[in-house]
Amino acid sequence: MCNQAVGLVAAELERQGISTVAIQLLRSVTEKVQPPRALVVPFRHGYPLGVPADAEHQQAVIEAAFRMLEDPNLQPPAIVDYEPKKKNK
Amino acid sequence: MGDLSEFPLKYKLFLKAYPWRRVDPVPWAPLKKPLKDSRVALVSSAGLVCPGQGPFDDSIRGGDYSFREIPADMDVAALIDTHRSDLYDHAGLRQDPNLVFPLDRLRERVGSGRIGSLNRRHLSFMGSITAPGRLIKKTAPAAVRKLAEDDVDIALLVPV
Repeated sequence: MCNQAVGLVAAELERQGISTVAIQLLRSVTEKVQPPRALVVPFRHGYPLGVPADAEHQQAVIEAAFRMLEDPNLQPPAIVDYEPKKKNK
Repeated sequence: MGDLSEFPLKYKLFLKAYPWRRVDPVPWAPLKKPLKDSRVALVSSAGLVCPGQGPFDDSIRGGDYSFREIPADMDVAALIDTHRSDLYDHAGLRQDPNLVFPLDRLRERVGSGRIGSLNRRHLSFMGSITAPGRLIKKTAPAAVRKLAEDDVDIALLVPV
Protein backbone atom coordinates (compact mmCIF):
# COMPACT_ATOMS: atom_id res chain seq x y z
CA MET A 1 0.00 0.00 0.00
CA CYS A 2 2.93 2.33 0.71
CA ASN A 3 4.17 1.84 -2.84
CA GLN A 4 0.76 2.86 -4.18
CA ALA A 5 0.45 5.91 -1.90
CA VAL A 6 3.89 7.15 -2.90
CA GLY A 7 3.11 6.58 -6.58
CA LEU A 8 -0.15 8.50 -6.40
CA VAL A 9 1.47 11.46 -4.63
CA ALA A 10 4.31 11.39 -7.18
CA ALA A 11 1.77 11.66 -9.98
CA GLU A 12 0.15 14.69 -8.37
CA LEU A 13 3.57 16.33 -7.92
CA GLU A 14 4.33 15.90 -11.61
CA ARG A 15 0.89 17.26 -12.57
CA GLN A 16 1.80 20.40 -10.64
CA GLY A 17 5.19 20.67 -12.37
CA ILE A 18 7.52 19.12 -9.78
CA SER A 19 9.92 16.44 -11.04
CA THR A 20 9.84 13.27 -8.98
CA VAL A 21 11.56 10.01 -8.42
CA ALA A 22 9.88 7.42 -6.23
CA ILE A 23 11.69 4.57 -4.58
CA GLN A 24 9.63 1.39 -4.86
CA LEU A 25 9.81 -1.95 -3.07
CA LEU A 26 7.40 -4.06 -5.12
CA ARG A 27 7.91 -4.12 -8.90
CA SER A 28 4.57 -5.85 -9.50
CA VAL A 29 2.75 -2.99 -7.76
CA THR A 30 4.87 -0.35 -9.49
CA GLU A 31 3.94 -1.74 -12.89
CA LYS A 32 0.26 -1.54 -12.00
CA VAL A 33 0.26 1.92 -10.40
CA GLN A 34 2.72 3.51 -12.88
CA PRO A 35 4.38 6.34 -10.95
CA PRO A 36 6.18 8.65 -13.42
CA ARG A 37 9.74 7.70 -12.36
CA ALA A 38 10.35 4.69 -10.13
CA LEU A 39 13.55 3.21 -8.79
CA VAL A 40 12.79 -0.37 -7.73
CA VAL A 41 15.15 -1.42 -4.94
CA PRO A 42 16.06 -4.99 -3.95
CA PHE A 43 15.34 -4.50 -0.27
CA ARG A 44 12.64 -5.81 2.04
CA HIS A 45 9.76 -3.74 3.31
CA GLY A 46 10.77 -1.34 6.05
CA TYR A 47 14.23 -0.92 4.50
CA PRO A 48 13.75 1.23 1.37
CA LEU A 49 17.30 2.63 1.53
CA GLY A 50 18.76 -0.74 2.38
CA VAL A 51 20.80 -0.54 5.55
CA PRO A 52 20.21 1.54 8.69
CA ALA A 53 23.06 3.76 9.90
CA ASP A 54 25.03 3.19 6.67
CA ALA A 55 25.27 6.60 5.02
CA GLU A 56 27.34 5.34 2.08
CA HIS A 57 24.81 2.65 1.23
CA GLN A 58 21.88 5.06 1.56
CA GLN A 59 23.65 7.67 -0.57
CA ALA A 60 24.19 5.12 -3.33
CA VAL A 61 20.44 4.57 -3.58
CA ILE A 62 19.76 8.31 -3.55
CA GLU A 63 22.37 8.87 -6.25
CA ALA A 64 20.71 6.25 -8.47
CA ALA A 65 17.42 8.10 -7.98
CA PHE A 66 19.00 11.44 -8.88
CA ARG A 67 20.50 9.94 -12.04
CA MET A 68 17.04 8.96 -13.17
CA LEU A 69 16.04 12.61 -12.95
CA GLU A 70 19.01 13.57 -15.10
CA ASP A 71 18.47 10.90 -17.76
CA PRO A 72 16.99 12.59 -20.85
CA ASN A 73 16.19 9.24 -22.47
CA LEU A 74 13.61 8.07 -19.91
CA GLN A 75 9.97 8.10 -20.90
CA PRO A 76 6.93 7.85 -18.62
CA PRO A 77 6.35 5.58 -16.84
CA ALA A 78 10.07 5.04 -16.21
CA ILE A 79 10.76 1.99 -14.04
CA VAL A 80 14.42 1.24 -13.32
CA ASP A 81 15.84 -1.55 -11.17
CA TYR A 82 18.47 -0.44 -8.67
CA GLU A 83 21.66 -2.45 -8.98
CA PRO A 84 23.92 -2.17 -5.93
CA LYS A 85 27.60 -1.80 -6.74
CA LYS A 86 29.63 -4.86 -5.90
CA LYS A 87 32.35 -4.15 -3.39
CA ASN A 88 35.91 -5.03 -4.38
CA LYS A 89 37.26 -7.98 -2.46
CA MET B 1 13.34 -6.56 -3.87
CA GLY B 2 10.35 -6.67 -1.63
CA ASP B 3 7.98 -9.47 -2.48
CA LEU B 4 4.44 -10.41 -1.58
CA SER B 5 5.85 -13.63 -0.19
CA GLU B 6 7.14 -11.58 2.75
CA PHE B 7 3.58 -11.20 3.99
CA PRO B 8 1.24 -13.54 5.91
CA LEU B 9 -1.23 -15.50 3.78
CA LYS B 10 -4.28 -13.32 4.53
CA TYR B 11 -2.42 -10.21 3.35
CA LYS B 12 -1.05 -11.97 0.29
CA LEU B 13 -4.58 -12.94 -0.76
CA PHE B 14 -5.84 -9.42 -0.13
CA LEU B 15 -3.02 -7.80 -2.08
CA LYS B 16 -3.36 -10.20 -5.01
CA ALA B 17 -7.03 -9.31 -5.40
CA TYR B 18 -6.64 -5.61 -4.61
CA PRO B 19 -7.65 -3.19 -7.41
CA TRP B 20 -4.49 -1.06 -7.56
CA ARG B 21 -5.06 2.53 -8.72
CA ARG B 22 -3.37 3.08 -12.04
CA VAL B 23 -1.96 6.50 -12.89
CA ASP B 24 -3.27 7.13 -16.40
CA PRO B 25 -2.24 9.21 -18.21
CA VAL B 26 1.18 9.33 -16.57
CA PRO B 27 2.20 12.95 -16.02
CA TRP B 28 5.78 13.95 -16.75
CA ALA B 29 7.68 16.96 -15.42
CA PRO B 30 11.25 16.98 -16.79
CA LEU B 31 13.99 18.66 -14.79
CA LYS B 32 13.81 22.41 -15.29
CA LYS B 33 17.32 23.12 -14.05
CA PRO B 34 20.45 21.20 -13.03
CA LEU B 35 20.30 19.30 -9.76
CA LYS B 36 22.97 21.56 -8.29
CA ASP B 37 20.55 24.46 -8.65
CA SER B 38 17.38 22.60 -7.66
CA ARG B 39 15.32 22.82 -4.48
CA VAL B 40 14.46 19.38 -3.13
CA ALA B 41 11.63 18.12 -0.92
CA LEU B 42 11.31 14.73 0.71
CA VAL B 43 8.02 12.81 0.79
CA SER B 44 7.64 9.72 2.96
CA SER B 45 4.80 7.28 3.56
CA ALA B 46 6.32 5.87 6.74
CA GLY B 47 3.87 7.55 9.12
CA LEU B 48 6.54 9.64 10.83
CA VAL B 49 5.51 12.68 12.89
CA CYS B 50 7.38 15.39 14.77
CA PRO B 51 7.11 15.59 18.56
CA GLY B 52 3.89 17.46 19.34
CA GLN B 53 2.14 16.46 16.14
CA GLY B 54 -0.77 14.06 16.38
CA PRO B 55 -0.10 10.47 15.35
CA PHE B 56 -1.59 8.99 12.19
CA ASP B 57 -4.83 7.17 12.90
CA ASP B 58 -5.00 3.58 11.74
CA SER B 59 -8.64 3.30 12.85
CA ILE B 60 -9.83 5.41 9.88
CA ARG B 61 -11.63 3.11 7.48
CA GLY B 62 -9.74 2.93 4.20
CA GLY B 63 -6.64 4.48 5.75
CA ASP B 64 -5.54 7.82 7.19
CA TYR B 65 -5.17 10.09 4.16
CA SER B 66 -3.84 13.10 6.12
CA PHE B 67 -0.28 14.38 6.02
CA ARG B 68 2.17 16.15 8.29
CA GLU B 69 4.68 18.83 7.45
CA ILE B 70 8.20 18.09 8.63
CA PRO B 71 10.32 21.25 8.97
CA ALA B 72 13.70 21.28 7.24
CA ASP B 73 15.59 21.80 10.49
CA MET B 74 14.01 18.74 12.14
CA ASP B 75 16.30 16.41 14.06
CA VAL B 76 15.73 13.16 12.17
CA ALA B 77 16.44 11.08 15.26
CA ALA B 78 13.53 12.77 17.05
CA LEU B 79 10.92 11.75 14.47
CA ILE B 80 8.28 9.39 15.87
CA ASP B 81 7.14 6.24 14.06
CA THR B 82 3.32 6.15 14.32
CA HIS B 83 2.77 3.59 11.55
CA ARG B 84 1.31 0.53 13.25
CA SER B 85 1.51 -1.85 10.31
CA ASP B 86 2.84 -5.28 11.19
CA LEU B 87 3.62 -5.98 7.53
CA TYR B 88 7.21 -4.82 7.91
CA ASP B 89 9.98 -4.78 10.47
CA HIS B 90 10.15 -1.40 12.23
CA ALA B 91 13.52 -2.06 13.90
CA GLY B 92 15.66 -0.55 11.15
CA LEU B 93 13.84 2.76 10.89
CA ARG B 94 13.65 3.10 14.65
CA GLN B 95 17.41 2.64 14.79
CA ASP B 96 17.91 5.13 11.96
CA PRO B 97 14.93 7.10 10.59
CA ASN B 98 17.12 8.11 7.61
CA LEU B 99 16.35 4.64 6.32
CA VAL B 100 12.88 5.89 5.40
CA PHE B 101 13.27 9.66 5.76
CA PRO B 102 16.80 10.43 4.53
CA LEU B 103 16.91 14.08 5.51
CA ASP B 104 20.47 13.84 6.83
CA ARG B 105 21.56 12.23 3.56
CA LEU B 106 20.00 15.11 1.59
CA ARG B 107 21.70 17.63 3.87
CA GLU B 108 24.98 15.95 2.98
CA ARG B 109 24.09 16.31 -0.71
CA VAL B 110 23.49 20.03 -0.26
CA GLY B 111 26.86 20.23 1.49
CA SER B 112 28.63 18.50 -1.39
CA GLY B 113 26.88 20.68 -3.97
CA ARG B 114 25.08 17.78 -5.67
CA ILE B 115 21.72 19.48 -5.06
CA GLY B 116 21.03 23.17 -4.61
CA SER B 117 18.97 23.33 -1.42
CA LEU B 118 16.38 21.64 0.72
CA ASN B 119 12.87 22.99 0.94
CA ARG B 120 11.78 24.57 4.21
CA ARG B 121 9.30 21.73 4.76
CA HIS B 122 8.86 18.09 3.78
CA LEU B 123 5.84 15.79 3.77
CA SER B 124 4.91 12.72 5.76
CA PHE B 125 2.00 10.42 4.91
CA MET B 126 1.03 7.01 6.28
CA GLY B 127 0.89 4.54 3.46
CA SER B 128 -1.67 1.96 4.52
CA ILE B 129 -4.39 3.59 2.45
CA THR B 130 -6.61 0.92 0.94
CA ALA B 131 -9.23 3.45 -0.26
CA PRO B 132 -7.08 6.19 -1.83
CA GLY B 133 -9.88 8.32 -3.32
CA ARG B 134 -9.59 11.02 -0.66
CA LEU B 135 -5.80 11.01 -0.98
CA ILE B 136 -6.08 11.48 -4.75
CA LYS B 137 -8.81 14.12 -4.67
CA LYS B 138 -8.08 16.06 -1.48
CA THR B 139 -4.90 15.68 0.48
CA ALA B 140 -2.33 14.94 -2.21
CA PRO B 141 -3.32 18.02 -4.26
CA ALA B 142 -3.37 20.16 -1.09
CA ALA B 143 0.01 18.87 0.07
CA VAL B 144 1.58 19.30 -3.35
CA ARG B 145 0.27 22.85 -3.64
CA LYS B 146 2.34 23.70 -0.56
CA LEU B 147 5.49 22.43 -2.24
CA ALA B 148 4.60 24.21 -5.49
CA GLU B 149 4.12 27.46 -3.54
CA ASP B 150 7.61 26.91 -2.13
CA ASP B 151 9.01 26.63 -5.69
CA VAL B 152 10.21 23.09 -5.11
CA ASP B 153 11.88 21.65 -8.21
CA ILE B 154 12.32 17.99 -7.21
CA ALA B 155 10.69 15.56 -4.81
CA LEU B 156 12.23 12.30 -3.62
CA LEU B 157 9.52 9.90 -2.49
CA VAL B 158 10.23 7.01 -0.13
CA PRO B 159 7.76 4.26 0.82
CA VAL B 160 8.24 1.90 3.72
